[in-house]
Amino acid sequence: MQTHALDIQALKRDQAPSEGPAGPAETSLRMENLNLFYNQNSQALFDINLEIPRQRVTAFIGPSGCGKSSLLRCINRMNDLVDGCRVQGRLLLDNEDVYDRRVDVAALRRRVGMVFQKPNPFPKSIYENVAYGLRIQGINKKRVLDEVVEKSLRAAALWDEVKDRLHESALGMSGGQQQRLVIARTIAVEPEVLLLDEPASALDPISTLKIEELIYELKSRYTIVIVTHNMQQAARVSDMTAFMYMGKLIEYDDTDTLFTNPEQKQTEDYITGRYG
Amino acid sequence: MLHQDSYKQHISAQFNAELESVKNHLLEMGGLVEQQIGKAVESLLNRDSGLAEEVIAGDEQVNELEINIDEECSRILARRQPAASDLRLVLAISKVTTDLERIGDEASKIARQAVKATEDGSANTSSFVEIRHIGNHVSDMLRRALDAFARLDVDMAVQTVIADREVDSEYASAMRSLVTFMMEDPRTIGPVLGQMWSLRSLERVGDHASNIAEHVIYLVRGLDVRHVEPDDLVAQVEEHQ
Repeated sequence: MQTHALDIQALKRDQAPSEGPAGPAETSLRMENLNLFYNQNSQALFDINLEIPRQRVTAFIGPSGCGKSSLLRCINRMNDLVDGCRVQGRLLLDNEDVYDRRVDVAALRRRVGMVFQKPNPFPKSIYENVAYGLRIQGINKKRVLDEVVEKSLRAAALWDEVKDRLHESALGMSGGQQQRLVIARTIAVEPEVLLLDEPASALDPISTLKIEELIYELKSRYTIVIVTHNMQQAARVSDMTAFMYMGKLIEYDDTDTLFTNPEQKQTEDYITGRYG
Repeated sequence: MLHQDSYKQHISAQFNAELESVKNHLLEMGGLVEQQIGKAVESLLNRDSGLAEEVIAGDEQVNELEINIDEECSRILARRQPAASDLRLVLAISKVTTDLERIGDEASKIARQAVKATEDGSANTSSFVEIRHIGNHVSDMLRRALDAFARLDVDMAVQTVIADREVDSEYASAMRSLVTFMMEDPRTIGPVLGQMWSLRSLERVGDHASNIAEHVIYLVRGLDVRHVEPDDLVAQVEEHQ
């Protein structure tokens, strides 16, 4: 006989956002006493210690200039492109230091994909945008490319909208579609980590929700780190949230706790919109 | 930790004003409900049906305040998306309002018993000592729960929750003595049953005051202490400093 008793345990499981598909999360990225200097007199990050779980969404929040984007850019060594920039401490991806001399930066960036605030599709067709990463790896077999393009566009929740115009220019798409295309391009090369730097701040609310839905879909396969100015967005999409202020990590906790009962007064003041 | 003037520090002055306003309306409702309970007990003890009718009419105002405060809360949730202590404040206010409204209902019930007793011309005063005593006790609890809310005073809230245990045992012993009374003289069953209903209402007021105090603890500490035994409550609150 079928029972209709309420299964409290199942309810709790369903409601626990930090319990992802693989059960309790293992660490994907670990930062140990990470310091970042842009030149001798300007330190952007101070002693950051942080463990980012695999297959979860981790959000960095904080006021402008607090170092959240700098920290994000440390993960795939984007800061190397800035003159005079120097990193101290360790940043481990799967227990390997990404700042080790032997690390091939191009290979690192294949493992750690990044999406920026403003969608930046290449002035090519939709198809070629997604296939780009594979082509520069020397993969040109049409069958393989077709497969990866479809898979990536489906994963980016874009396939149904563009399947009939794959060979039209990507620049004719809407902003929200372009951003999802860039995400498709990023995941086509199967990275482990996805870095999203304000991925929805230039988009309208509906496109923003589509991106957020996409983030939720993607976290079963990738470790996602997102920087956002929009606190409600961090609260909606992330499992873990780190609050940063003036280059320091002030508080890091699961998102539910941080947004209902933060430990630090600075966090409380920031997320409730009070003077810090 | 939440401070008393926390609500005045938002960058948005309008948001400050909205939170301040809903908080004031809640305290206003609390004051009104306190009065309702006091008057209801007086009307019962003094056989004053005029005062009792006043209480019954006053319940409408309590209900109206409940609806207004709930509207304010949903407006703040929709427009401000409050977080952390602001979110806890809005949630706590919404829950406290429900408890206050129920206390208002209990006051009406007592007042209706007062009207009935006056009209019946009953001279039975079997449980008047207990009604006065428990009435004072729960009014005091309610006042302290509301004070704790206004001052964000966790210690006072904890004391209020613990005080409910005394009310429960006073209620149980009053019930026992009334049962004895009815067994001894079955002619008293009618009026004594009415008094039992009023005692039951007062005991419920104690429960609601205790709920309000629990919401204060949630508001200030972010700690949910509903369904926690009083002994564990003290330990949990101390642990969660």
